[in-house]
Amino acid sequence: MPSLSIPHLLGLHGVPKPDLELILDSTDTFLEILDRPIKKVPTLQGKTVVNLFFENSTRTRISFELAERRLSADVVNFSASTSSVKKGETLLDTARNIEAMKVDIVVMRHSAAGSVKFLSERCTSSFLNAGDGAHEHPTQALLDMVTIRQKTGSLGGLNVCIIGDIAHSRVARSNIYGLLTMGANVAVCGPASMIPYDLERLGVRVFTDIDSALDFSDVINVLRIQLERDAGANFPSLREYHNTFGITRRRLDALGKDMIVLHPGPINRGVEIESEVADGPYSVILPQVTNGVAIRMAVLYLIGIRAE
Amino acid sequence: MASHLFQNARIVDPVTQTDTQKDILVVDGVIERIAESISAPDAETVDLRGKIIAPGFCDMHVHFREPGHEHKEDIASGAAAAAAGGFTAVACMPNTDPTIDNASVAGFIYQKGRGLAVDVYPIGAITKGRKGESIAPMIELRDAGVVGFSDDGSPVHNTKVLRTALEYASMLDLPLIQHAEDPFLFAGGAMNESVVSTELGLPTIPRLSEDAIVQRDILFTEYVGGCYHLAHMSTVGAAESVRNAKARGLRVTSEVAPHHFTLTDDVVRSYDSNVKMNPPLRTADDVRAMKEALRDGTADAIATDHAPHAGFEKEVEFVYAPFGIVGLETAVGLAVTELLLEDWLTLPQLIEKLSTNPRRILRLPELRIAEGEKANLTFLDLEVQWVVNAGAFRSKSRNTPFHGRSLTGRPLGIYNNGQLFLA
Repeated sequence: MPSLSIPHLLGLHGVPKPDLELILDSTDTFLEILDRPIKKVPTLQGKTVVNLFFENSTRTRISFELAERRLSADVVNFSASTSSVKKGETLLDTARNIEAMKVDIVVMRHSAAGSVKFLSERCTSSFLNAGDGAHEHPTQALLDMVTIRQKTGSLGGLNVCIIGDIAHSRVARSNIYGLLTMGANVAVCGPASMIPYDLERLGVRVFTDIDSALDFSDVINVLRIQLERDAGANFPSLREYHNTFGITRRRLDALGKDMIVLHPGPINRGVEIESEVADGPYSVILPQVTNGVAIRMAVLYLIGIRAE
Repeated sequence: MASHLFQNARIVDPVTQTDTQKDILVVDGVIERIAESISAPDAETVDLRGKIIAPGFCDMHVHFREPGHEHKEDIASGAAAAAAGGFTAVACMPNTDPTIDNASVAGFIYQKGRGLAVDVYPIGAITKGRKGESIAPMIELRDAGVVGFSDDGSPVHNTKVLRTALEYASMLDLPLIQHAEDPFLFAGGAMNESVVSTELGLPTIPRLSEDAIVQRDILFTEYVGGCYHLAHMSTVGAAESVRNAKARGLRVTSEVAPHHFTLTDDVVRSYDSNVKMNPPLRTADDVRAMKEALRDGTADAIATDHAPHAGFEKEVEFVYAPFGIVGLETAVGLAVTELLLEDWLTLPQLIEKLSTNPRRILRLPELRIAEGEKANLTFLDLEVQWVVNAGAFRSKSRNTPFHGRSLTGRPLGIYNNGQLFLA
């Protein structure tokens, strides 16, 4: 039985290809379970999983929770919208208190980059990163890769472009690392003010012209524009963003080629993506959501058996 | 009558251009005799064969946290760390609570430092409350004994305030010490902007934020005819600006912290908050530029920016952790290992950066190792190999990225104010 070489899933940076392949391959098994009338298996029976969410999340938490329950784990949810630092207790205090209640796996989201790694080095549980600041969101990238692979059969040699606010995106980073390891050609496209410094040195092509980016791409992953944060700070207006970088049916049809369109959700209709694209034939947005549960089952299972 | 005989040491004094092996007899804090072989049966004898005696080292940039944050450090513990680190003098930055922006707080620093082997000098704030809005009473502060002015921790950003401060301080022959950083470019940053920050997704403090302010400040210094010292220089661009300013004959000086000539931002991949400081660790190009600046005199001084924080304050998410590391007890070891043994500096140059130059910038009395002079001495072992153990620090705080690092060369102790301290 193959197993992961990594004790935690903190990110996809530096994760060896065989580990990524194992996760992606295992996902097929769990997808099959999700098609059964009874969608529950006893894999993690007797294991306790804590969903430790220091940042608001609906979909990722529900996706993890479904995955945990379908593996028969005991699930505890801990949500704190603000950093524990502000309450006087440190993050480490919080984690050690929860760990003292004897948990096996911690699924963690936090607004601060590196905070999951920080706790994983100071606690004994296994940690899964459910998003840490602008650093990584590895299960999102894994579900993106599974979804692409279902359409194309493989990731090697594919041209994948991530479009949007790359600088602040953990989804972009995890996709970049995972896709590069799997042999894809990775590009990004967005306003120059939203491309992080020296990104090319990670082995990524950078476009600021959407049509050139689409011309390059077999697959595009359209990131959500953070309405509250970005408009005015990093680009002038949503209107200008949509006109310049928005993914429209017209732009895609004009290419005269197949295209796979991903979006990590939730989508801003009419901003980064047009409804006709989101709901149309290019889109794999809903399969992404289904695959999200399966990939999280796969990761929980593989990390869970490794901890035994 | 207390007397000490330091035997067989190699005496290296850049001021008198001395480099010789002799004995030094010190009586009641004053150098009584320097000779080949002194016999003083009543004196406490310290055999320093193979070791160095240098003029006392001065760290012109420390944070001793008193008054206000004594759980991190206080003047007594900071001075103990300084002595253990080979320093006989330190200059305390005014970001205390209350701020050193009036004579009574400056006097408090002197009062707390009284009777110690280490001379503890206050630096006065440039602006009231370090708010950057209106200048502090610099003459009152000068009369209370401050050795310079700085809002360190924050820049003086407002151009009118900067101009006024440079003009006003120019009456006093004391340096204006700038924490050079553009607050808008800094906005919430936690590390240098580079391919590493891109990889890690951490908010950045670009080199541009230092470069732009240094360029601007030098223009102001030239226009006003002021005296400007750049604190904790960290970038290629800042070094180039200072080099040009010196070539034009401006009264501009600078200091470099040991971590900025030792570490690059690659180590931030650990997300260990003990590598978080401001200015942040930069790139390999910047590290090299700091060494070159020290070698060619662009950088006048090595200063630690000793910034103690309690463990519970540092053991948090990287972006929430406070900036700064302790530096007093590793500075000399790092300077010897990284600069002397790597041939960036000669021993007399190293001593200038750690003693002569910082004292000159702060207008402290020049030290000479000569008969009749006050004995203000640092003892060094340039050959001993040791491993940094943060647990053994005299400082109240342990926030160092150098724990476990192997170094060559360390201070053996100091003699100052009639007191001998041996580590």
